[in-house]
Amino acid sequence: MGVSIKSMSRDDFKNNDYIDKLVEELNATGANVMVGKFDDLINWGVANSLWPLCFGTSCCAIEFMSLGAARYDMARFGFEVARNSPRQADYVMVQGTIVHRMAPVMRRLYEQLAEPKYVIACGGCAVSGGPFKNSYCVVPGVDQILPVDVYIPGCPPRPEAMFYGLMQLQRKIKVQKFFGGVNRKEKIEEFFAEHPEERGQIG
Amino acid sequence: MSDLKDKILKIYPAATFEEGDTLQVNVVEKDWLGVAAKLKNDLGFDVLTALVGMDWKESVGVMYYLTATGRDWEVITVKVVAEDRDNAYIHSVTSLWKVANFQEREVYDMFGIKFIGHPDMRRFFLRNDWVGHPLRKDYDTNPELNPIRLEDEQNEDDTRSYSLDDKGNVVETPGKVFEENEYVVNIGPQHPSTHGVMRFRASLDGEVVKKVDVVSGYIHRGIEKLSEGLTYPQILHFTDRMDYMSAHQNRHCLCMCIEKALGIEVPRRAQVIRTMMDELMRISSHLLSFGCTAMDLGATTAFFYGFREREMVLDIFEKTCGARMSMNYNVIGGVIADLHADFQKDVKELIRIMPERLKEYHTVFSGNIIAKNRLVGVGHLSKEDAINYDITGPSGRGSNWSCDCRKKHPYAVYNEVQFDEVLMDGCDSYSRYMVRMKEIEQSCRILEQLVDNIPEGDIRAQVPKIIKLPAGHWYQQVEASRGTFGVYIESTGEKNPFRVHFQSPCFNLVGVMDLTCSGYMIADLITIGAALDFVIPDIDR
Repeated sequence: MGVSIKSMSRDDFKNNDYIDKLVEELNATGANVMVGKFDDLINWGVANSLWPLCFGTSCCAIEFMSLGAARYDMARFGFEVARNSPRQADYVMVQGTIVHRMAPVMRRLYEQLAEPKYVIACGGCAVSGGPFKNSYCVVPGVDQILPVDVYIPGCPPRPEAMFYGLMQLQRKIKVQKFFGGVNRKEKIEEFFAEHPEERGQIG
Repeated sequence: MSDLKDKILKIYPAATFEEGDTLQVNVVEKDWLGVAAKLKNDLGFDVLTALVGMDWKESVGVMYYLTATGRDWEVITVKVVAEDRDNAYIHSVTSLWKVANFQEREVYDMFGIKFIGHPDMRRFFLRNDWVGHPLRKDYDTNPELNPIRLEDEQNEDDTRSYSLDDKGNVVETPGKVFEENEYVVNIGPQHPSTHGVMRFRASLDGEVVKKVDVVSGYIHRGIEKLSEGLTYPQILHFTDRMDYMSAHQNRHCLCMCIEKALGIEVPRRAQVIRTMMDELMRISSHLLSFGCTAMDLGATTAFFYGFREREMVLDIFEKTCGARMSMNYNVIGGVIADLHADFQKDVKELIRIMPERLKEYHTVFSGNIIAKNRLVGVGHLSKEDAINYDITGPSGRGSNWSCDCRKKHPYAVYNEVQFDEVLMDGCDSYSRYMVRMKEIEQSCRILEQLVDNIPEGDIRAQVPKIIKLPAGHWYQQVEASRGTFGVYIESTGEKNPFRVHFQSPCFNLVGVMDLTCSGYMIADLITIGAALDFVIPDIDR
């Protein structure tokens, strides 16, 4: 099961322990030869055509626009088809502060994403509430209301940091098992174990 | 100033005055509406520049900043205190200055002051099931009262207005935002063309927009409340994150307000650097605006052109300030770091290529028949309305209203450089768009005059280690990329402010969405919004 990203060496990534552990866990029960090959094929496809849902609330969204423009050109990696409808997107990149009024809207958008779906918390505000953490109406980190796959710190993160985060998501996708034992399910179970009151609200 | 005092005493003999950075007039609540009408009609105070809700602990009230455009943009402050703190009310001035509509709703939301005669007294920023009014000093911050609610907020179609009966009691009259049989379309809050998380509810007659209801607050972060708990240097960084496309100007404004209160003289080198950074920021903002306007019309190529030059500006920022966005460059007394060695070379290169590139933009987009059909004659906003709604910046100048704060209240080194205030009389989306494009030329002109004349010297004045403002209040304005940005600070002599208010230009811009969209097609709503060019985090703060 390969987690290699084109033009990037393994040492370019900082948290290899985590991905090794994930691979080890997934391979603990062995992989079926046929199904395993299909998994690889599907993961290769998904990882190289990640379509984001535009969800920019503040400054990070402008940097995301720079990511789409010619200099950084996210089309090189297959991220360029930014969708405005959650039905057509693979992941949501939360760019900006999520406030109380936005929280139910954010949750609804997440529920509307089709499986397999991923969440990236981009920027200090989405990671932890950032400079507005102590405010009366700011959600201190989007992980309070959604299961998050990748965190990208920064205020706002540089476009290069966003690429790094997106590549981390690609690596994560490349090790997942699409047929049986999908990562996603485990993650949602984990989320429910921490937030039992939410069960029944997420589909 | 004494001349003005006499005039005010003539229309309102009971007036008392206080001196500050502007003349302050204290008006008793029950006389306020009558005095306001006379101030506007007899003394020519035609612009309501700012409306600041206040809680002085023993009482609540409002500070009004009024500007007389006919008298050299003279500014006065009017202080109105509500009679009863727990059941506070003040007469609404929406009938005189339309801009007060949303601003009074904001004050109602944050302080619970009811405005008598306001047609639509709903909350503005917070959920309609929110408990309490956060900016009151006695607000209960217990998170259990206002947890993160994940159930959908119910649309609030019920509104209310308040009036006074014969005995002086406040009487509530229920009303409706939309009629029973109106066809209402929801746009946003997650919509790519609203430039952020703004939500509009548009009532339609066929394809024609009848009324637009603005639902704001999807990025309201409570910056004003947070500021009250922090020291002055700590609140500076919030300004970069409000209108992130006017980061330098906003921060410049807050620094100037604090410097004014402390009486700090900023070194000339810092003044010049600040001016140049402001203009670079303006170029960057207008380029983004060009790209987004084009993209909202479906012209994706123009977006790439705009961003190509914007990256050059961002490179200049990055070399000197260390960041592409949220630069955190201005500090109290000057700027945080000296210019990078490449600064002058890079700026000259930008000035050199810009005229040519602007021609290219005009070829690609401005002269395009589709762009013209979508922008010319759409979103009419007359000069009278622009003044009444206090629409400043390129949008106001597109309605031929001369309102450039750099000319009216010069600051930094703007009175030493030559530049034209761009005015157009189309009063439509196309004029607003073209004003921006021409302002890029003017910004280049300012940069050209300054780039070789940056004086040597300190970049920062000596400031005390612990910054404590004397007791009092100050108001400072600058011309941000989208209009006049104002900062109000009230201090009690402590090291953190008693009250900070940011008067953002976009707040007023969104206030004319109903006026400018009514009578046009639903598809025009997007282009009108694009040409007004509001930034949502600036509205919500």
